[in-house]
Amino acid sequence: MNIIEVNDLKKEYYDGEEPTIALAGVTFSVRQGEFVAIMGPSGSGKSTLLHLLGLLDQPTSGTYSFNGREVSSFAPNELASLRNKEIGFVFQAFNLLPRTSVLENVKLPLIYSDVPESEWDARAKKAVEDVGLGHRMHHEPSELSGGEKQRVAIARALVTNPAIIFADEPTGNLDSKSGKKVMSIIQDLNERQGKTIVLITHETSTAEHSERILRLMDGVIESDVKVEHRLTASDEYVK
Amino acid sequence: MTWKHVFKASVTGLDTNRSRSFLTIFGIVIGITAIMLVVSLGAGAQNLILSQVQGLGTQTIVAIPGREPTSPTDISSLFSDSLKPKDLTALENKTNVPGLKEAMPEVIGAGVAVYGSNTYQVTVLGATDIMAEILDIHPAEGDFFTADDVLSQSDVVVIGSKVADKLFDGADPLNQKIEIKNKSFRIIGVLAPSGGGLINFDEMVLMPYTTAQTYLLGTKYFNRIIIEAADGQSVDVVANDVTLTLRESHNITDPSKDDFSVQTQQDLASRLSTITTALTWFLVAVASIALFVGGVGIMNIMLVAVTERTREIGLRKALGATNRDILSQFLLEAVLLTAIGGIVGILLGAGLAFLIALGLSKGLGIAWQFVFPWTGAILGFSVSAAIGLVFGGYPASQAAKKSPIEALRYE
Repeated sequence: MNIIEVNDLKKEYYDGEEPTIALAGVTFSVRQGEFVAIMGPSGSGKSTLLHLLGLLDQPTSGTYSFNGREVSSFAPNELASLRNKEIGFVFQAFNLLPRTSVLENVKLPLIYSDVPESEWDARAKKAVEDVGLGHRMHHEPSELSGGEKQRVAIARALVTNPAIIFADEPTGNLDSKSGKKVMSIIQDLNERQGKTIVLITHETSTAEHSERILRLMDGVIESDVKVEHRLTASDEYVK
Repeated sequence: MTWKHVFKASVTGLDTNRSRSFLTIFGIVIGITAIMLVVSLGAGAQNLILSQVQGLGTQTIVAIPGREPTSPTDISSLFSDSLKPKDLTALENKTNVPGLKEAMPEVIGAGVAVYGSNTYQVTVLGATDIMAEILDIHPAEGDFFTADDVLSQSDVVVIGSKVADKLFDGADPLNQKIEIKNKSFRIIGVLAPSGGGLINFDEMVLMPYTTAQTYLLGTKYFNRIIIEAADGQSVDVVANDVTLTLRESHNITDPSKDDFSVQTQQDLASRLSTITTALTWFLVAVASIALFVGGVGIMNIMLVAVTERTREIGLRKALGATNRDILSQFLLEAVLLTAIGGIVGILLGAGLAFLIALGLSKGLGIAWQFVFPWTGAILGFSVSAAIGLVFGGYPASQAAKKSPIEALRYE
């Protein structure tokens, strides 16, 4: 079953008089449980595509079926609810709330959900433990390393148990060792928990952790290929 | 999102920028403190004035010569010689005013009191012996003059404490003679310091009105007549009888041509309270400017906060927050700021008013009572919360309108 099906998706921005075409019509689909990397130089439209797929923005035209529902005409509140329940985000800049403990940061999506409050603590604790930060539960972001911050962000993305994780340059702000650790966690989510992963990166080495690479150029898909020799981050990490 | 978590998010937001939150609250505190102070002091002043007016007794009626001024320039009507001894006689006639207990004429003049080489400018108040009872003044030393003194125009005086100090430099004034307008008067009593009341007796010389009229003023009219209604009599009925009697005595048929006016203590009290209330509200209006400035400060800070926290807003939206969630959070932050400012301002204003009341009563011996300004507190708190809603509303709606991607992209 396809979790994502997009058909001739377009996005134009009006900045002044001439429209800027960010996406010129892309068509593809992503299977449930697939790990896809989207690559492309800056300005190729990969961030715009991620925003559309992540329901953060609405397309100018085209159709988008997410998890079996046509969402291109959904109202903002319906999109907010879908983002909360079915999507997890990991951003390049971590985006943790300052002066707020790891546990509270991870709980953040739950306050916007209909998960009963009695379950919040247990869920958040489990998510933090799953990314290996059980000992950092009550620390604040300023006391964590970059890699640890990104792992907190992953825990936050997982806490609502979404079907899909969108990761926007998750290793972009990390040194290579922390980056590999983060990639191993993401790969593990895909393989063991069956989460669908859509990853944006401009580094080929990061993209090669995925099963399939979509290359964007000037708002259109330039290539869509299967990864022949997948990298396994956990192996590298052990080395 | 439940209110509990909106509240938690707002508190966290304020806590993250403690010094800024503190300064914003401070602006509101100043405004609310000013309002509380003004309302409390206004109420205190009103109580003081009313208690002194009512100290004259609720049975007291005052007849004053002259018409009520019809315009601010119509001053001549205030000065009049219309109240004469025949009016007093008419009032004391039981068939005219059955409910009258006592009537006391009063005359006022000014002069220079001389003792040896000391001189002092004094106010001379002439009345009858019942003045001591009506105005509740009693000599600290010596006695008050008697009804016989009034009848025989005795040259006896009771002097205020300041007059005694200025003329006698600590020596005993009793039975000494002072001169006013070259006429010699014997001091039979000295008043205790009055402590800043409505009428200041400290700089006065009191004597029988007959003595004052004959030796000092050379007049035959009165500056006012104070009438006590008998206990259990309706003051309004007695006041009406007084009016009718004076009208008949003056041969006036048209009430609009009255050359006197009759006031009860109730009239006076309500007039004074109208004046102090108007004054209090005027000052509240002035103090509200400070509150308004505080509100603009809130708006300014919240707009800065919304811009600065664009990324947080984007994140919250990406994680599932609706526009309404964001609006509630930022609105509540503003309302919390103003509500905290309101509570602190109420306590601070009441505290300052209490200290001032303490200073006035203990330090200066004025019968001032602290009044907790409930009106000011309720007004101050609701106005400050409303300011939070009004001045926080625009920044909060700006926050809610932000698109999640714009917000996340913001560096």
